[in-house]
Amino acid sequence: MLLISCPWCGPREEIEFRNGGEAGVAAPEPDAEPTTDEISGFLFFRSNPKGSFHERWNHSHGCRRWVSLTRSTITHEIESESQPTGRFRP
Amino acid sequence: MSGWRLAHGGLIDRSRPVFFTFDGRRLAGFSGDTVASALLANGVDVVARSIKLGRPRGIVAAGTEEPNALIAVEPGLALRRATEVELVDGLAVRSVSGRAPAPAIDETPSEHVWHHADVVVVGAGAAGLTAAQDAVAAGGRVVLLEGGHAAGPLPDGLVDAADFVFLPRTVAVGRFDSNMIVAHERRRGTPGANTAARDRLWHIRARDVVLATGAVERPLVFADNDRPGIMLAGSVGVYLQRYGVAAGRRAVVFTANDSAYVVARDLQAAGVDVVAIVDTRVRPGPTADAGGIEVLSGHVVAGTTGDEGLASVLIVPRDGDADRASPTVVEADLLAVSGGWDPALRLLAHTGARLRYQPSAGTYGVTEVPPRVRITGLAADVNGGVGAFSTLDPVWLVPAPDGSLDRHFVDLQRDATAADIRRAVDAGMRSPEHVKRFTTIGTGNDQGRTSGTNELGVLAALLGTTLEQLGPTTFRTPLVPIPMRVLGGPYRGELFDPVRTTPIHGSHVAAGALFENVGQWKRAWAYPREGESFDDAVLRECRAVREGVGIMDVSTLGKIDVQGPDAGAFVDRVYTNRFSTLKVGSSRYGLMLRADGMVFDDGTATRLADDHFHLTTTTGGAAAVLDWLEEWLQTEWPDLRVRLTSVTDEWAGVAIAGPKSRELLARLAPNLDVSAEAFPFMTVRNEYLSELPARIFRISFSGELSYEVYVKSWYGRALWDAIAAAGADLDVTPYGTEAMHVLRAEKGYVIVGQETDGTVTAADLGLDWMLSKRKWFIGLGALDRPHLTRPDRRQLVGLLPDDPDLHVPEGSALLPSGGLGTAGNVTSSYRSAALGRTFALGLLAGGRARIGSRVDAQVAGWRVPLDIVEPVLWDPQNERRDG
Repeated sequence: MLLISCPWCGPREEIEFRNGGEAGVAAPEPDAEPTTDEISGFLFFRSNPKGSFHERWNHSHGCRRWVSLTRSTITHEIESESQPTGRFRP
Repeated sequence: MSGWRLAHGGLIDRSRPVFFTFDGRRLAGFSGDTVASALLANGVDVVARSIKLGRPRGIVAAGTEEPNALIAVEPGLALRRATEVELVDGLAVRSVSGRAPAPAIDETPSEHVWHHADVVVVGAGAAGLTAAQDAVAAGGRVVLLEGGHAAGPLPDGLVDAADFVFLPRTVAVGRFDSNMIVAHERRRGTPGANTAARDRLWHIRARDVVLATGAVERPLVFADNDRPGIMLAGSVGVYLQRYGVAAGRRAVVFTANDSAYVVARDLQAAGVDVVAIVDTRVRPGPTADAGGIEVLSGHVVAGTTGDEGLASVLIVPRDGDADRASPTVVEADLLAVSGGWDPALRLLAHTGARLRYQPSAGTYGVTEVPPRVRITGLAADVNGGVGAFSTLDPVWLVPAPDGSLDRHFVDLQRDATAADIRRAVDAGMRSPEHVKRFTTIGTGNDQGRTSGTNELGVLAALLGTTLEQLGPTTFRTPLVPIPMRVLGGPYRGELFDPVRTTPIHGSHVAAGALFENVGQWKRAWAYPREGESFDDAVLRECRAVREGVGIMDVSTLGKIDVQGPDAGAFVDRVYTNRFSTLKVGSSRYGLMLRADGMVFDDGTATRLADDHFHLTTTTGGAAAVLDWLEEWLQTEWPDLRVRLTSVTDEWAGVAIAGPKSRELLARLAPNLDVSAEAFPFMTVRNEYLSELPARIFRISFSGELSYEVYVKSWYGRALWDAIAAAGADLDVTPYGTEAMHVLRAEKGYVIVGQETDGTVTAADLGLDWMLSKRKWFIGLGALDRPHLTRPDRRQLVGLLPDDPDLHVPEGSALLPSGGLGTAGNVTSSYRSAALGRTFALGLLAGGRARIGSRVDAQVAGWRVPLDIVEPVLWDPQNERRDG
């Protein structure tokens, strides 16, 4: 059970959050015309590393803001400050 | 009958005798006893019969590691360990042999507590108390957890310390990420406690955790090592010191380390005849002070005899086969054994720490601890092989004179022996995880406290490998069993899931409505009259809407307020069709897709001002849609100047539907021009309705002339009752969600979540006309994927059974007419008053091209032929919506 720091609310229990998967996976820009490979990459492909992972969390039972952070998938240790946006990739 | 109470000593209160029953026998103990110590004091040897072999078993240990002495506590028969149940007057317990009786459903209240601490100390032994004192002296919030009840008085400095919480009878059952300790507190019997909640589940966030969790002694594996009277040496010492109970009258101590010597001396001092200390080692360690008791060094106990309890012990030299055939036989009723110690560090393993065999300590331990965790006291000494614990010479298996292994018990609770491990090895198993599952060793409710390391030792011996090569099996939470009701806490009954009711709910109840659950909402399902069946009520309600006027509570529809200069651009991106050109005061039906192009939600959007839209969503999808829109706004388009607010609960709504709805509305809102020209379809008006300020939408989900009237939620019931009163002479009829479903299906309107399941596209539903070709929207880029453009995709069709009275159940499979294979399924199926027959909607492979042909449905094992028709069965030209 992680203790996740929300940039707006401070450290809060994991159960207040909803995991949003990998951070920094940009959606196609409006009016862009992505190829099938590009759209498939956005929809279905994620990096799934063993080690540092940049991921998004939504403080769904708090301020409802999206944050992103880096967490080790081995130890679950949170390795970075939380950033107040979902598009962060350090 | 070998155990007895000493005349003096122990932490029990001898001035307060306590009476209890064990299997119906009335017995006496003292305040401060556990059931186990009282049973020993009363000379009860046999506390259970073993699960598979029915062998007599006695008390082995004094704590959570006890494998044999399981008891069922009356009333309710909750399964507990006798070593952990505090003796209270009137307690009634039964022994548990083999399988425990199913406990009764326990309604005992429990609660969940969330707490934050600078330091959590687990274990209130000497080391734990010292650690707590140090932490309190350093300042900060300190919590001290103690699983037992018989801890001594708190030392000075802790009694009155501020920000210090002492929780006795509280077992730390798990350590989770970010140093969260979860602990189960049993409050039953706590003097002076408010017993409203007899259990608490604590969730404690700690900056630092100190594990003063002690260690668990290992038995030794030899023939007939399971007889009552064979106990762990350290536990024999605990009964002596803490409870003033001697576990026997004539004892032998059998050890592989120095720690049991002090027990032998204490027994001797208490008046027990200690015949000998049998030490596996040729040279006992430097702390082995026998105090004059005979020491048989380099010897082992190779077997025991006895009927119900222990009668004698067979002692042979450890090495040299010559004397094995003629062992020394020593009469004894107590054999105190110590094969070594394992540090109680399972809490570390919960978060992934690996325990490995430490040859210098003769146990599985850790060489480094996670950040912000410290091990202290006995746990640290055993882990590090310090002092008496450096003198270990592990003996994993003492051979029997006849070479057999089938009475060498490894797991007493599971009745599993060294022979079982050999069978596993003979079957080709090498991994401890496999051997565990094959032999069941370690799978009892003691979770292999006393058997796990011995299992690995025996396995290593049989495989001819070393323990360094064998890792322990995985330790999982909870550390000790805790009742499911404690995990559930107060979240049961009506607190399990919130119930949402609309402001109009009372009127539905008064009208005798049946309700259905839609998400957390209770929605009026139908309003059967006295003596009327549900089906007949639905037909009557449908007829009223088609022929007269009906009213429905639509307050549960999700409502999202969208405001900001870029509101139009935002709404254009999230719906498939265009909204930025919508005139103020007008509404439009809209469809939302997920990014993969599948239908996500539908609803209407109404433009209330240039920079202000009012969105409606499905009842069940309201929260998900708001989350979805927020996600895009925050993470992809932070440049858009838009804010979203859920206003679902702010507005109560009533749909007025049917040919007579205009007349009814005109009566209620005399200032409103209700003519089709002045108040056209898909527009909104703000007007007083029966003196209530209202937002009135001309909108239809039934195909009939229809309005939806919204007022602030606190006016909801007044609105409903005013409409019902004003329409009494029009026979205004409340209709429920079932009639609403029938009416919309007759019109071929889909329900997201009923006609769709996350794999259905707009084109599959025949809604491709809603996909704008002149603007971008979420999901657009995914629509060209090859799988989404196949002609044999399942498409929405209408279905008419040949038998007009046959109702095809929703979910029925569709099969090619006369052929094999599944071609689709029925998504909606109803009896229709307007059509005078049953009808259905379904998703059918290549369905649109098959309209006019036939398909079969599988109903209760029979094929039922159906005509494939257009999905819009009622008023396909939309001639009725203007009245």
